[in-house]
Amino acid sequence: MEGYLAREPLWKYQHLAWRAGFGVDRPTLLHWQSMPIKHVVKTLIRQRQSSPSILQTAEGQQLRAQWPSLRGRFLQLTQDEKKQLQKLQREGVKNLNLAWLQEMSTTSDFLREKMALFWHGHFACRVPNVLHNEQMLQVIRENALGNFGDLLVAVSKSPAMLQFLNNQQNRKQHPNENFAREVMELFTMGRGQYTEQDVKEGARAFTGWGFNPQGEFVFRKNLHDDGVKHFLGKTGRFTGDDILQILLEQRATAYHVSEKIYRFLVNDTPDPGQVQQMANWFYDSGYDIATLLEKLFTSDWFYDTRHIGAHIKSPIELMVGMQRTIPVSYRNPNIWLLFQRSLEQVLFYPPNVGGWPGGKSWIDSSSLMLRLRLPQVLYAGSIWNIRPKAMPDEIMDEDMLMQPEMHVDSEQQHIRDYLIHTVGGHMQATVQWDAYLRKFQDIPEEQLPMEIASLLLVNTPQDVDRNRISTYADRSSRERFIQSLTVLLMSTPEYQVC
Amino acid sequence: MLIIHRREFLKIGSLATAAMLVPRFLKAFEQPGMAEGQKVLVIIQLSGGNDGLNTVIPYRNDIYYASRPQLAIPKGQVVGLSDEQGLHPALEGLKELYDDGELAILNNVGYPNPDRSHFRSMDIWQTASDSHQVLTTGWVGRYLDAQCSGCPHPSMQAIEVDDTLSKAMKGNQYTGLAVHDPVQLHQASDDPFFRDILKKPLVDDDHLQVDYLYKVMAETLSSADYLYDQARLHHDDGAYPDTPIGKDMKTVASLILAGLPTRVYYLSLGSFDTHVNQQPQQARLFKQLNDALIAFRNDLKKHNRFQDVMVMTFSEFGRRVSQNASGGTDHGTANCMFLISGGLKRQGILNDPPDLQNLDQGDLRYQIDFKQVYATLLRRWLEADDQQILGRSFTYLDFV
Repeated sequence: MEGYLAREPLWKYQHLAWRAGFGVDRPTLLHWQSMPIKHVVKTLIRQRQSSPSILQTAEGQQLRAQWPSLRGRFLQLTQDEKKQLQKLQREGVKNLNLAWLQEMSTTSDFLREKMALFWHGHFACRVPNVLHNEQMLQVIRENALGNFGDLLVAVSKSPAMLQFLNNQQNRKQHPNENFAREVMELFTMGRGQYTEQDVKEGARAFTGWGFNPQGEFVFRKNLHDDGVKHFLGKTGRFTGDDILQILLEQRATAYHVSEKIYRFLVNDTPDPGQVQQMANWFYDSGYDIATLLEKLFTSDWFYDTRHIGAHIKSPIELMVGMQRTIPVSYRNPNIWLLFQRSLEQVLFYPPNVGGWPGGKSWIDSSSLMLRLRLPQVLYAGSIWNIRPKAMPDEIMDEDMLMQPEMHVDSEQQHIRDYLIHTVGGHMQATVQWDAYLRKFQDIPEEQLPMEIASLLLVNTPQDVDRNRISTYADRSSRERFIQSLTVLLMSTPEYQVC
Repeated sequence: MLIIHRREFLKIGSLATAAMLVPRFLKAFEQPGMAEGQKVLVIIQLSGGNDGLNTVIPYRNDIYYASRPQLAIPKGQVVGLSDEQGLHPALEGLKELYDDGELAILNNVGYPNPDRSHFRSMDIWQTASDSHQVLTTGWVGRYLDAQCSGCPHPSMQAIEVDDTLSKAMKGNQYTGLAVHDPVQLHQASDDPFFRDILKKPLVDDDHLQVDYLYKVMAETLSSADYLYDQARLHHDDGAYPDTPIGKDMKTVASLILAGLPTRVYYLSLGSFDTHVNQQPQQARLFKQLNDALIAFRNDLKKHNRFQDVMVMTFSEFGRRVSQNASGGTDHGTANCMFLISGGLKRQGILNDPPDLQNLDQGDLRYQIDFKQVYATLLRRWLEADDQQILGRSFTYLDFV
């Protein structure tokens, strides 16, 4: 730290904390401020060296244990056995969702989880199989800060993605173009960079890519078209691996992925010059994600005031951010799924192959009011009486819906009422205030509004009318004052952005 | 000439606060809301994939009966409309509308390369995309984008009677308003804290998303107030059934009759996902739909507004022609749609019944692209630029 004299302003660290993670607590922020930004960024990036622990569910383990006895007799399963299996899958995906949310809310490797959340949206995938989801999540978390090429190959060979994009049906005689099209349009180059002919030729190269019942990638040689393909100006007997390598050679791929990262980490409205700079860093590093992020987080323009507060938090970012600030646990953790559904971002359940569009699309009149009420619900025991959209019953089975088993009537109304009255009405929350309160113990009372505001709000805390907000706070004790101020500040539009 | 830079202007303008948006916004409502004869579209989504063949029934067709030994509606129970087709008995009220020229039926509506996933197909219907295209905005939302630049209260132009908003209602610039119950919305938003923070001056920095959020919030609160006031004026002379769809239709009628500027209402009923034991489930939902529609129509007729209101029903897909082994049906493709209004130009059954002899691997072939229906309603009912909204031109149908 020699030679480093001037402390940089707190808002820069605050900005970094939210973009590279889900916000940090006051002591961490103050600790960071004792170091140059560069140093903080390096520390964050280095955490990737620890490989993430695998997130597995009890249901997944049970399915794996049952596998030997089920193997070979899938066609003979009874109706009851099938139902039981479906239930395991459904519960498993639900619990995987909760496990990941918990991991994001507690891990010290938040940069990795933040990027895993990005890749989860980039490689949007929705399948009902918990084992496939576990495998895919692990691939994404292990490579979240690694090499994009490795990540692309691993995701493309995952049973989840092969199933979601119908590549099991991609055969020599009847090519299915879905997989090749989405790999090009969404994962790599983006629209307008290739022709329909490239899609057709690419699809031929991916013929024979599939997975076996154990969930392992298999290359089915007899289904593969080993003829000559013409793809993006190249000619050869290309396989799927060749196609992915050719796509990685395209600078358009670096640009397209950088632009999406820019939208996620910097600003919902891309600046072409800054995106181009990122694309160059990305391409020249051989698609090293950590290098890209290190350069991004240490660049001057990342801290341009126009990027501060320019990002609308996704529902997951919002919830995880609150959880990390003041942890709350529920006797029935399904409440987190109810919030996800009401705010319209359910992990493992992206709206379509394009993932969550983000930005202003998170906000409409109803979702904004729900977001503003969330702190009251989480920390002050308000009731969440919102019924999320009904979904067709079958989504519960085939596309997995995060809902409790229905007993009498399959009608959605009952399920939704159940959610509200059983889950939403009696949430039995345990809020862990102590650690949070302790962090302010050395702050004089009159400074509390400013201190709490500058901890919770990233953009321009001076714009929040602290006096106005303080008049709504509970002054019956210092403790109540801090708690109520916090809930109030979290219930503002300012808290929705970072 | 006095040139005021944007920044300076904003500095002057910052004397105006977000809260001041509210009175201005409400002023717009003081003017007579809905001009006489202004058309309204009511969309009813039948969620889950309603079985069209048991809705509008080809009751003289032997293939229909052969394909559905248990599930086919016996000839004697079908509410006959034409020589060939009739209605499910639980929809018997619609017969009167048919006879009075207030019902039009489209058979075989669908789209090329149909997708049998609920999720994806609903997406396609709500966004009006092609089957291989992913759009993030809905067709009603894009209608708002096209119609509402400079509109003082865009979200009031399209109301969804629900707690949360469907993708259909989300545009790039504007979105509709989700309101399940105007009184409840008012209670939820009527928080002095929320009202007070709206008094914060607008930030004079247009990169800040927070400014946008304050605007949405201001508009939501004023919409909630306005709707609440209208709900208090609410007429109470329609006898609506005490079912979710009955209550929703009552809300829509009361808002229409209150003279709201709203052009599109959106509601849904479900679930029609009837893989198992279809008969009682579909009959129960149809009964609810039937009774709600009749009450709605009688209410509007009584107030001389039925000629200005068009009800359109749709579902994300129809079901397979043959019944399955568990007394239900599996996901299919093309389907029928109802158009109900006192202002139809062409009534009755508008096109051929499904051709059960010429199936596509057990599924009906579509004859009309659903986007033609949207285009027709956008252009000829809502007088909007359908090509801009749908991204290309479609042949109009002649029911309006």
